[in-house]
Amino acid sequence: MIIGEVKPLEEIKSLIKGYRKILNTGCGGCTAVCLAGGQKEVDILNTKLALSCKAENTPLEIDGFTVERQCEVAFVSEFDRMVGQYDAILSMACGAGVQFLAERYPDKPVFPAINSTFVGVNKDIGWYEERCKCCGDCVLGFTGGICPVTMCAKSLFNGPCGGPQGESCEVSKDIPCAWVAIYKRLKGQNRLDNIRTIHTARDWRDQVQGRIILDQYKSRYVQDVK
Amino acid sequence: MKSGSRLEKILVERRFALTGELGPPRGADISVVKEKAKHLKGMVDSVNITDNQTAMVRMASWAASVLAIQEGLEPNYQMVCRDRNRIAMQSDILGAYALGIRNIICLSGDHPMFGDHPKSKKVFDIDSIQLICAVKRMRDEGKFMSGSEIAVKPEMFIGAALNPFAEPFEFREIRMAKKIEAGADFFQTQCIFNMKRFREFVTRANDLGLTEKAYLLAGVTPLKSLGMARHMKNNVPGIDVPDAIIKRIAGVEKKQQADEGITIACEQIEEFKAMKGLAGVHLMAIEWEHRVPEIVERAKLLPRPQV
Repeated sequence: MIIGEVKPLEEIKSLIKGYRKILNTGCGGCTAVCLAGGQKEVDILNTKLALSCKAENTPLEIDGFTVERQCEVAFVSEFDRMVGQYDAILSMACGAGVQFLAERYPDKPVFPAINSTFVGVNKDIGWYEERCKCCGDCVLGFTGGICPVTMCAKSLFNGPCGGPQGESCEVSKDIPCAWVAIYKRLKGQNRLDNIRTIHTARDWRDQVQGRIILDQYKSRYVQDVK
Repeated sequence: MKSGSRLEKILVERRFALTGELGPPRGADISVVKEKAKHLKGMVDSVNITDNQTAMVRMASWAASVLAIQEGLEPNYQMVCRDRNRIAMQSDILGAYALGIRNIICLSGDHPMFGDHPKSKKVFDIDSIQLICAVKRMRDEGKFMSGSEIAVKPEMFIGAALNPFAEPFEFREIRMAKKIEAGADFFQTQCIFNMKRFREFVTRANDLGLTEKAYLLAGVTPLKSLGMARHMKNNVPGIDVPDAIIKRIAGVEKKQQADEGITIACEQIEEFKAMKGLAGVHLMAIEWEHRVPEIVERAKLLPRPQV
């Protein structure tokens, strides 16, 4: 899932400065699961903002509403009947959700309350770790299920650099070297041949905005795709 | 001949090669390069010009390489994958060749977190092995990575780095083999202090035939002081300084430590001269260029061959 962190309160305050009536929108998807942007976090942020503005004698009316996911039109449309009453919208979804709201309500200022940080896993309650860069050309098949794009500080494809300190990355003793881990796992599976051959320069696929339309739906959207 | 560089000629003729190192300045001052070059001229066969080493901003390595040429040195132009994408890298290779640079060393590069711009965006569009592939293709096929034709090929002698002292140790010979397959003509190793491990590595590389396919230069760094020895041991990634070396430096008076460091380096060089599979030494006298003439003299590496 996408992991996010709530922005510092002062930054959020500076974003919404000058707007009196705010709708803070939560997302029941990834950011709710990582305890950053669900209904509970909407309520907490709204309380903090209200108290802070009251202390500073700044008028603020702020309401909260959370939908299932802000990245899906069927759910986002639930906001249609509300947005007219507000001067601005705050979103606690990832950057995709923020933009989807901004796209749907082009006359309304939409502000992010979350920093979307990475695609990761939930190791334990409140403990998230990055696992995927969504690079568009997955190499996990030859690296023993350990992503060198994400886990190697230099995103190397042909083995470790000269920097590992023991089994740690040169960047920090607390970060394991991805290539030491890849080597060990492949050796254990008798698959070292996977990394004996040269992996040539890859296709980063980050030149333009990503778009996927499934083959079976092409006929439906083809006019819009151009 | 692939490039016709002095380094290539010396290695092809199987003379024992000696390369040095010159770190470009943290400023636009030509006199710094000239001063360092003065001590290296005639002492080494070619000189590595580092590329923003330790991720600190310095004068561009191609520019300092050109200054080195003007001072009568042959540069080994270092290029790291950290700061530029494949378009900029290939462009710089063309420019470097046009300005007379004939040796290139392809490296991953120290991580930006070590340097003075830890908030910069790291690039790593390609890795060092992919860069070696690219330089070889530009030279041998006259093609860019994209496959399109190059009008005048940059004919570079291709160098690579090798660290036998970093985990996973067993992978290091595989990585050397991959770099040879990619197109590396010569290797320079990380600074060697653990001689036992290095001997073992060279024996394996010999057994695998790797030292017949590419020239191997042993990395030597004379220790200036006990402080430097400890710093290298504890803070420099991928460097293995055994306790015996620390003890040996600690065992002499502070004033004598630099001399002891040079003595150790000379003993290493003596062994490397006789070691099967070694084609030369890469002397990294870090911010100690002015002591190079003395070190080279004491290591009995003079005069350098004329080719």
